[in-house]
Amino acid sequence: MLGSLDARIPAGSLESKWTDHKFSMRLVNPNNKRRFDVIVVGSGLAGASAAASLGELGYRVKVLTYHDSPRRAHSIAAQGGINAAKNYQNDGDSVYRLFYDTIKGGDYRAREANVYRLAEVSVDIIDQATAQGVPFAREYGGLLDNRSFGGAQVSRTFYARGQTGQQLLLGAYSALMRQVAAGTVELHTRSEMLELVMHDGRAVGVVTRDLITGEIVPHSAHAVVLATGGYGNVYFLSTNAKMCNVTAAWRAHRKGALFANPCYTQIHPTCIPASDDFQSKLTLMSESLRNDGRIWVPVAHEDGREPHEIPDADRDYFLERKYPAFGNLVPRDVASRNAKTVVDEGRGVGPLRNGVYLDFSGAMARDGESVIRSKYGNLFDMYERITGEDPYRVPMRIYPATHYTMGGLWVDYELMSNVPGLFVLGEANFSDHGANRLGASALMQGLADGYFVLPYTIGNYLSDFLGDPALGTSEPVFADAEQEVADEMNRWLSTGGTRSVDHYHRELGKLVWDYIGMARDKTGLEKAISEIPALRDEYHRNVRVLGSADTLNQSLEKAGRVADLFELGELMARDALAREESCGGHFREEHQTEEGEAMRDDENFTHVAAWEWNGEGTPQTRHREELEFENVELTQRSYK
Amino acid sequence: MAQTISRVSTPPPVRSEPRVRLPWPLSIYQTAVGKKWVMGLTGAALLGFIVVHMIGNLHLYEGPLEIHEYAETLRDLGTKLLPRTWLLWAMRIGLIIAFGLHIHSAYSLSRMSWAADQRYPGGRNYIAANFASRTMRWTGPIIGLYLFYHLADLTWGWFNPDFVRGDPYHNVSESLGSIPVAILYIVANTALAVHIFHGTWSMFQSLGVNSPRYNHLRRYLAGGLAGIILVGNLSFPIFVQAGVIDDNGRSVVEELQQHGAAEGEDH
Amino acid sequence: MSSEINLTLQVWRQPGPQAEGRFVTYEASGISTDASFLEMLDIVNERLIENGEEPIVFESDCREGICGTCGLMINGQAHGPQKSTATCQLHMRSFKDGDHIVIEPWRATSFPVLRDLAVDRRAMDAIIASGGYISVNTGAAPDANLTPVPKETADTAFDAAACIGCGACVAACPNSAAQLFTAAKVQHLNLLPQGQAQRWARTEAMVETMEEFFGSCTNHGECEEACPKDIPIDFIAWTNRDYIKAKVKNRKLAG
Ligand SMILES: Cc1cc2nc3c(=O)[nH]c(=O)nc-3n(C[C@H](O)[C@H](O)[C@H](O)COP(=O)(O)OP(=O)(O)OC[C@H]3O[C@@H](n4cnc5c(N)ncnc54)[C@H](O)[C@@H]3O)c2cc1C
Ligand code: HEM
Ligand code: HEM
Ligand code: SF4
Ligand code: F3S
Ligand code: FES
Repeated sequence: MLGSLDARIPAGSLESKWTDHKFSMRLVNPNNKRRFDVIVVGSGLAGASAAASLGELGYRVKVLTYHDSPRRAHSIAAQGGINAAKNYQNDGDSVYRLFYDTIKGGDYRAREANVYRLAEVSVDIIDQATAQGVPFAREYGGLLDNRSFGGAQVSRTFYARGQTGQQLLLGAYSALMRQVAAGTVELHTRSEMLELVMHDGRAVGVVTRDLITGEIVPHSAHAVVLATGGYGNVYFLSTNAKMCNVTAAWRAHRKGALFANPCYTQIHPTCIPASDDFQSKLTLMSESLRNDGRIWVPVAHEDGREPHEIPDADRDYFLERKYPAFGNLVPRDVASRNAKTVVDEGRGVGPLRNGVYLDFSGAMARDGESVIRSKYGNLFDMYERITGEDPYRVPMRIYPATHYTMGGLWVDYELMSNVPGLFVLGEANFSDHGANRLGASALMQGLADGYFVLPYTIGNYLSDFLGDPALGTSEPVFADAEQEVADEMNRWLSTGGTRSVDHYHRELGKLVWDYIGMARDKTGLEKAISEIPALRDEYHRNVRVLGSADTLNQSLEKAGRVADLFELGELMARDALAREESCGGHFREEHQTEEGEAMRDDENFTHVAAWEWNGEGTPQTRHREELEFENVELTQRSYK
Repeated sequence: MAQTISRVSTPPPVRSEPRVRLPWPLSIYQTAVGKKWVMGLTGAALLGFIVVHMIGNLHLYEGPLEIHEYAETLRDLGTKLLPRTWLLWAMRIGLIIAFGLHIHSAYSLSRMSWAADQRYPGGRNYIAANFASRTMRWTGPIIGLYLFYHLADLTWGWFNPDFVRGDPYHNVSESLGSIPVAILYIVANTALAVHIFHGTWSMFQSLGVNSPRYNHLRRYLAGGLAGIILVGNLSFPIFVQAGVIDDNGRSVVEELQQHGAAEGEDH
Repeated sequence: MSSEINLTLQVWRQPGPQAEGRFVTYEASGISTDASFLEMLDIVNERLIENGEEPIVFESDCREGICGTCGLMINGQAHGPQKSTATCQLHMRSFKDGDHIVIEPWRATSFPVLRDLAVDRRAMDAIIASGGYISVNTGAAPDANLTPVPKETADTAFDAAACIGCGACVAACPNSAAQLFTAAKVQHLNLLPQGQAQRWARTEAMVETMEEFFGSCTNHGECEEACPKDIPIDFIAWTNRDYIKAKVKNRKLAG
């Protein structure tokens, strides 16, 4: 079957790989491009940018999204910003430094060549977005402003108020709509991809369900591009949008695409804690708050006093205490784990004792309330809207929440999965972030993939098929896939169970959060491996999906998505169990230094784990892609 | 020429492109925003007339001869250059056209909105829309109907057996002396003030006259104008009823004219 | 502090686009005031499913007030009673025990109801497709700092660009006009130096596409009140101005 995985990384020096490769790739001449059909599933940053660029080049593109409009995709929620090695601040930034920071931030679990390319094209993204009219923040001189963002010592983050993802997505969306108007892109909204169609070992199309009419529709093409986002919603509670799910990637996985590093998930330290069992999602508060807020909990367990009644002596500023050098500004994972520790100790605050304080009273006394208001006014307003508490008077309560998933479908240097003709972009691939993503790098990666990488590399694949029309949708492979989808719908509708899909999703989320959350250990992971399938079996037996398949039926939509999340959850546990080390977002209790720092095992785990589907009920096979580090030296982090 | 080439599948449009594209600048009037412009411009013209007309009518308080003089002056306007009453007629024609366009644009845009709009069976709560803005499509026709009556009564003299051409003082006191007519005037002119209250403000938006530093002034101007028109125009029926404007059925102008005619004097 | 309230909901139920709709009354008891409005509906739905009734269809995604997917007419107000707040960010603190809440979908001829509270808003995408972009192919862009943009201009453009495309402006407008949405989109690009080349073509195309689907603005200002992003109607005036200019300029360009 699969030997050791070959990422097809071009030879040559790090700096010249991409340039040389672009030159050596086969091109499709402009007249021939219109003879190729490409399906792009997903219209987030990665999908919209890819589809627009392919359309501009002249390919016949079909965009499928389950959203009602491409502009809604989850990318729209990104707040902080986007990195680029522009060095406009003259503070010593460079492509190499961005590359280096990303590799290091990812705890040396990403491919050097990919990351270098990412850093290289990052500068073009800013140019492209600005030309599209993305209103990045500017200085009084009219030039672009930058801020610094977690894990970097230079100011390289471009931002558009707290709505960078929105503005970038609207830019990509406008480019996409321009191609729709030009007729190069055919847009299908409210169309959910439910099957990948394969022929001769290649991806040749997909099957979608029209979410309004329930119609099952085959789509064929020369290549299929998945840009379907991350799987953070396996935790049920996360900062991801409600509709995010793994279905597209998972159905491809079930058809043979390898799923890489599923256990790499990122937890964001500053989210608003859940207020009750009915909580439907968590809201992120910008990380920048940690610049001025001090994090603390009471020294005493179950201290019932109001925060202002607790004197300084009875407060534990635990990050400042443990990490005097970085204090409240330690990296995301360190801050998150420490918050979990104190909450697990019973020192959490708030009605449910599930948070820690983020206190601005010191900063307000020092700089004045108006300064704090001008810096964080809208964040404070948002906090008050959600919690009903005034953060100018009462310290904020925060707690970590799942935010991003580094794992995803395995892809080679050209962003093609092991399934020929299936390309994967954005958060859906296992990406360039290794075991941990730096702030403001996801937007960069999604757009790099879509604008600047895929449009080149897809030609290299397609040029082999010049003159071959796409497989007709009347071929039996399509009929089979359509039948599978139809059967699935009927299965859900005829379960006749008693509990809702959301109920099981919530239960699954609890298991995943408890066992495969911020800190994992062998016992927990083994429990997860036995409990998740048990719950899944109950789910399949006892879920209640009412209504019919030929209308807008949200329970039915969710039923399949949650089923896939169950399977993914189990795989996450297996992956986490197999990775006997701590790295980035994957923290194994068994592998930590005496100070509680993550301890990597470079000798045995400097590789990507990519899992192969073996059919339902049989555990997946773990394949490895060895990671070679020729340019950076592997070091252990320390924030003491 | 703009062509809308969106290949997004959508629900069917509620308004189709005009069958014939008229030549520029008439083509502007074929679009909704263009019609809005015309409505704003004609509204401004009508507003100008209303203000001038009200001020002119204040001559009533000076007495029958003075208002007669004033009316004659209007007819004499521009006589240095043009034959008598030509300029007045030019203005009248302008106003008639403005009025026609105002009504036509109002009508066709209202139709467009009705086609686009769906009611809320659960009812709805207005926050910003005020009484004036919501009743434009009522106050407008009220003014239109009133105007017809007004002209028929005070200009053409259809309803008034005592009508004396050229004696506004007499005609007004005769007409508005009747209680139903006074009420009609009060209602219609209140409607007018309400129409102006929203219309004046709306006009700035429609014509794109907007500069954040001065925007608050637009509301003041609208309120001020509506107030002035309201007070000024309502004063006439009220003071006629109160007997302040009253010639006891005796037309001074008629007497003057007969007298003048007797003396062979050409006024 | 949180407390529990009981509510009576009157919800628009409509099985499909062609079907007749009607109001159905539900008791929502024991709702925490900390719940968001949509979480309250989640709870109601959970109970409906338990009782074997189909849940109420309503749309949401980010639940952070940024994606524009959610949107309900709550007691006759688009996005409900709290200003500058999308439905998903509205919390039950805004309601009292015993309140009666009427919930309807957005209504406009070009927003046909798909089911219950979900509507089709593709007409807004058509407006964007007709010109809501700057035509720059990938890779053709000059350096981002080549064209300085005065901070004030960039900020004003951002105020317009903040529109989340929710359609509340249309829903709230007594004329079902989409002027605020269109104006926000037009002005975002018209204000920036990058958008000048296509300024007049864009304005004309987008406004005329808008007119195919939506009503005519009579400057009620309801849209501004309903807008969760506080887009001011000043942009409408500027777009009207640009439109007439466009009519003049495009003619010259064409002729
Ligand atoms: C709260 C928050 C803040 C963030 N802030 C930042 C930040 O400041 N900087 C940063 O760099 N990153 C940030 N991120 C991460 C970043 O936003 C995402 O990683 C990135 O936007 C993902 O983009 P994407 O295009 O890969 O996927 P998405 O934007 O998730 O798009 C997925 C698309 O796929 C479609 N789709 C999925 N499945 C199917 C299917 N089965 N059928 C049809 N269509 C389907 C969806 O409709 C959608 O269009 C943040 C994330 C969160 C949650
Ligand atoms: C002499 C009397 C009138 C004056 C001074 C007047 C003035 C105005 C003004 C200034 C506007 C605002 C235009 C804009 O927004 O661009 C307006 C709008 C309007 N007018 Fe008139 N108008 C008069 C008579 C009428 C009549 C007779 C009708 C109808 C038969 C009418 C119907 C309307 C309507 C429907 C609107 C649109 C509502 C709106 O824009 O808010 N008006 N008018
Ligand atoms: C209470 C208020 C008003 C009074 C007392 C009044 C009085 C008069 C009088 C006396 C005349 C006849 C003048 C003449 O023929 O010499 C007249 C003419 C006219 N009025 Fe009024 N008017 C009033 C309000 C209005 C309003 C609100 C309108 C418009 C909507 C209006 C429109 C006209 C017009 C169009 C003429 C004909 C002008 C002409 O012949 O050129 N009037 N008015
Ligand atoms: S202008 Fe405001 S109300 Fe209208 S779509 Fe945009 S955000 Fe929504
Ligand atoms: S509410 Fe409607 S009428 Fe105009 S100002 Fe807003 S679009
Ligand atoms: S759900 Fe995204 S704005 Fe409300």
